[in-house]
Amino acid sequence: MSLAFTSGESVSEYLDRYERNELLRFLTCGSVDDGKSTLIGRLLHDTGRLYDDHLKALEVESRVHGTQGGALDLALVVDGLKAEREQGITIDVAWRYFATARRSFIIADCPGHEQYTRNMATGASHCQLAITLIDARNGVSTQTRRHAFIASLLGIRHVVAAVNKMDLVAWGEGRFREIEREFLDYCARLGIADPIAVPVSALTGENIVTRGSHTPWYSGAPVLELLESVAVDRPAADASFRMPVQYVIRPTLEFRGFAGTIASGSVKAGDRVRILPSGRETRVRRIARSHEDGGDLTIAVAPQSVVLTFEDEVDCSRGDVVSCLGGSGDALVAQTFEADLVWMDESMLTAGQTFLLKVGTRVTPARIVRVRHRVDVDTLEPQVTDTLALNDIGRVEFETEQAIAFDPYRRIHGTGSIILIDRLTNATAAAGMIRTGDASDAHARKAHWQTEAAPTIHPPVGQSLVTAKVRAERWRQKPIAILLYGSSGSGKTMRAFDLERGLWQQGHAVVVLDGQMLRAGLSRDLSFTDEERSENLRRASEMARILLDQGLIVILSMVAPSPEARALASDLIGAERVVMIDCGESDSPDAGALLRMVSAKIR
Amino acid sequence: MQLTHLDELEAEAIHILRESAAGFERPVLMYSIGKDSTVLLHLAIKAFWPAKPPFPFLHIDTTWKFREMISFRDETMKRLGLDLRVHINQEGVRQGVSPITHGSKVHTDVMKTQGLRQALEAGKFDAAIGGARRDEEKSRAKERIFSFRDRNHRWDPKNQRPELWNLFNTRVNEGESIRVFPLSNWTELDIWLYIHRQKLSVVPLYFAKERPIVERDGMLIMRDDERFPLRAGERIEQRRVRFRTLGCYPLSGAIESDADTLEKVIEEMLVARTSERQGRLIDHDQSGSMEEKKREGYF
Repeated sequence: MSLAFTSGESVSEYLDRYERNELLRFLTCGSVDDGKSTLIGRLLHDTGRLYDDHLKALEVESRVHGTQGGALDLALVVDGLKAEREQGITIDVAWRYFATARRSFIIADCPGHEQYTRNMATGASHCQLAITLIDARNGVSTQTRRHAFIASLLGIRHVVAAVNKMDLVAWGEGRFREIEREFLDYCARLGIADPIAVPVSALTGENIVTRGSHTPWYSGAPVLELLESVAVDRPAADASFRMPVQYVIRPTLEFRGFAGTIASGSVKAGDRVRILPSGRETRVRRIARSHEDGGDLTIAVAPQSVVLTFEDEVDCSRGDVVSCLGGSGDALVAQTFEADLVWMDESMLTAGQTFLLKVGTRVTPARIVRVRHRVDVDTLEPQVTDTLALNDIGRVEFETEQAIAFDPYRRIHGTGSIILIDRLTNATAAAGMIRTGDASDAHARKAHWQTEAAPTIHPPVGQSLVTAKVRAERWRQKPIAILLYGSSGSGKTMRAFDLERGLWQQGHAVVVLDGQMLRAGLSRDLSFTDEERSENLRRASEMARILLDQGLIVILSMVAPSPEARALASDLIGAERVVMIDCGESDSPDAGALLRMVSAKIR
Repeated sequence: MQLTHLDELEAEAIHILRESAAGFERPVLMYSIGKDSTVLLHLAIKAFWPAKPPFPFLHIDTTWKFREMISFRDETMKRLGLDLRVHINQEGVRQGVSPITHGSKVHTDVMKTQGLRQALEAGKFDAAIGGARRDEEKSRAKERIFSFRDRNHRWDPKNQRPELWNLFNTRVNEGESIRVFPLSNWTELDIWLYIHRQKLSVVPLYFAKERPIVERDGMLIMRDDERFPLRAGERIEQRRVRFRTLGCYPLSGAIESDADTLEKVIEEMLVARTSERQGRLIDHDQSGSMEEKKREGYF
């Protein structure tokens, strides 16, 4: 049960139990019409968060303003304040609180209509779970897809679709399953780890706090039970230790304490650590705490706020990051990086502008080097652009005035998130999630292949029923890729089409992927720097891999100037499935020799 | 190692206090003696231990606080050796403003709100840290943790800075300021539980005791000194009461209670909540009426 205080329990028993309660922060999104306010009102009401005076006022309000024919209208609990609406602040995130016997909850209530991107991103940055409301009559809407996308962008793993107003579709299982399937498929595309759909009626309370009687076909948990039982995502204790230094405490000459909130992992007295960006190493002497508070800690974990002292007199101040040595790795240190940005200011973002950038506890001037693209949140398509407007989401390259320490957001939220502050107005103009570090050096280019290749959009769940063996038999060929590379004018494209015709005439199933062809569409956002040519090759390689799995022979015609990038392409496709031909070499095979060579390999 | 919700709220509040100390030139902590201020003070000491908090404490004294509050304040500050500044709006005193003669609205505005402005301007404080919680009332539910004020100390709810993660924006121009609320995410129950867990001492007025009470307009007022005149027919009774919130004594209603320990105070809150849940048959009523409406052609 959800009662905060169970009868028969003594106060001290209750206190012992409640003081051990975990905290879950979740957001609710969806427009007013979807029943979001009613859902929250229902959660607060049914868990006893409403006082008598609230309820009395609510009864009166319900008779006057209610939409439930004079009956208690729970929506009025959260959106009943007309004064707020007149002040125009209903477009803002509202925070609400309740607790049950098992957990304490903080709700970030995000309105769906206006400013939804900004509100959702704000709410999601604080939350571990998102509830998106779906009106059972309307099904998965554009808005549902936007909410799921923003939740995934902000790294929320648990997304719950509350399929509401089931009472208005006669509690039909068929309708629910249809919505559930569409929702889960979409979440899978976004790489959301743990999507769940629940059939509810916020109005009647069905499957909100308790299981209802109208949905016997639903075997899952009601919403509150999910909230109470879902694994709370914490910065994992076994993750790499990071602590941005907030404040240096120096009461005496003998004591120098470095205060901060642990962003990830854990720290013990005696641990070796590195101060970034300087890279100096030292050892943690104490995790200092006052005697009255229980004395020093032997271990501390995220998200505790602590004070560390070090063995050595290292140079360390606000803005630095204390990071573990070894393990799964150091934070990155760079002056250039790339981030996904949620633009929140009325004025446009354009390349060349400078802002104050805050990452961890470091604030430093940063220049927008380039806007790479904007994401259409309805289709997930990247669109080439060089500006971002209010509520746009896009990818941006940064250059900071000084080197900063950070992590990719996907890995560590606390050291991978940024805000941009307008230097004139001091407004918080944007929030961002760092993707990768230094785009200009070889190390980062490799990271680009690895990190960016890791799917943010997963392949559809399930497996093809047509096996590779069956395909090979049908086409009478062993699928391989031939990468013809060389600078413009080396004749690679002509050779690619000659080879294609030759193989075609022998009865083979073959396709050509040409670098220029890709740039007409798939890689329209790329320029002709080495780095971006390398990215074009990566995309071509990904496509080749898919086509090879379909049993086809793939001829790639690419500039591919970097040996490192070609090696990565070979890794990606599978070295045993790829043949590399340098068309710039004077002794590279002519069309006939090439055809003979390939014909021999595909039998 | 599993952190509890109180651990997380504590860590968050300490983070906010340290950001305030690092991000502003002249921050000040508003100390108002009550239970929330008690928790805030404890956290401020914890955040900078073993140093003292790097900002002064400020109490806006309306001259009508309970005497027990003032003695608790002075003892606490002396015990902790903190820099407490007390500000009284002397202009208000000269004009003889009081809750008795001017009513609560004028008194609060002159002695509290204007007094606060005077003190903040005199101290050139660019941040005022306070113990307000978002669950206190509806209008606070949308307020930021770092809440911007313009040169006239005004809050513009339509123009608030977005707040993401724990990346707080502490930038202000000359004359502007920020109100900082480290306890934003705490509920009243959390405050009491934390006081219980940390064994913090609070003003004794929170606990039930026989006190001299006058009943006026349905409120139980404790007559704390001679300045409170009795109306015809009113008389002082000794009644067993306690206070849920503390302020100016003529404006603070007591509740009758036997809760004379922290545990009993918490129990009283919880029981009050439990009783609210009883007798609500709305679920069945509504689903029934909805069924009927649908049959009648609703959608």
